[in-house]
Amino acid sequence: MTDHTIPAADSVLDARGQLCPMPVLNAAKAMRDKPPGHVLKLLATDRGSLVDVPAWAADTGNELLEQHEEDGVYVYLLRKGEADA
Amino acid sequence: MLDETATATLGPDEVRALVREEVRTALERDRAARRATFIASKGTLDWAYPPLILATTAAASGMETAVFFTFYGLNIIHRDFERKLKIDPVGNPAMPMPVHVPDLLTAMPGMVPMATAMMKRRFAGHNVATIGELLDAARDTGVRLIACQMTMEVFGYDEHEFVEGVEFGGAAAFLSQARRGHVTLFV
Repeated sequence: MTDHTIPAADSVLDARGQLCPMPVLNAAKAMRDKPPGHVLKLLATDRGSLVDVPAWAADTGNELLEQHEEDGVYVYLLRKGEADA
Repeated sequence: MLDETATATLGPDEVRALVREEVRTALERDRAARRATFIASKGTLDWAYPPLILATTAAASGMETAVFFTFYGLNIIHRDFERKLKIDPVGNPAMPMPVHVPDLLTAMPGMVPMATAMMKRRFAGHNVATIGELLDAARDTGVRLIACQMTMEVFGYDEHEFVEGVEFGGAAAFLSQARRGHVTLFV
């Protein structure tokens, strides 16, 4: 697998309709028991998530592989890091 | 460490990358960057949100987190928080109202339950987490909830009146935690 390939998600978290802080809290919860390398697809409609999700990922060692918008839904692909909290 | 002979031959991008790496490792070594301590001193529904939102998010971001509940903030962790946390429109010109209510009328009987119900509907309509959900999230993420012993005594609260998992402490307990972390906020 090269760095340019976007891996398929191992699990999906639907946080559409949720507002701060729930998308981040639920993403953290969804990652908690997963092994390093696990790829989570997060769906959100909270506009604040555009700033919050990258900030959370950077603070927790989870890698934000990809982020885009799809019909008003923000889609994030996050890979769990080695030294996750 | 950056030494001068090495950096002299580096381009600006390489220097920036080196600095970023240095900052990253410094942050990793700095345990205080991973501790957050909050004081919750207010006992209304609106002011119950900020400390709980920040504390749960801090914990979800991998920080050791504690919230000290003091004075009216004890309402937030009282078993009866659902009933105790209210909204008072008196003296709150920033509160969004469906129609303009003159200041004097905000003090009329029935305005507090009305404003409280209105705010709860507004929160629910936007799918904002309830205080109960945030307290559950706090426990779930390991946020320490600490009730101020002194105000408990003064207000006549018993330890059993608080939600599951509450600890008890005083100013020294707060300071001991706060001095070890960069993030300390009084709400």
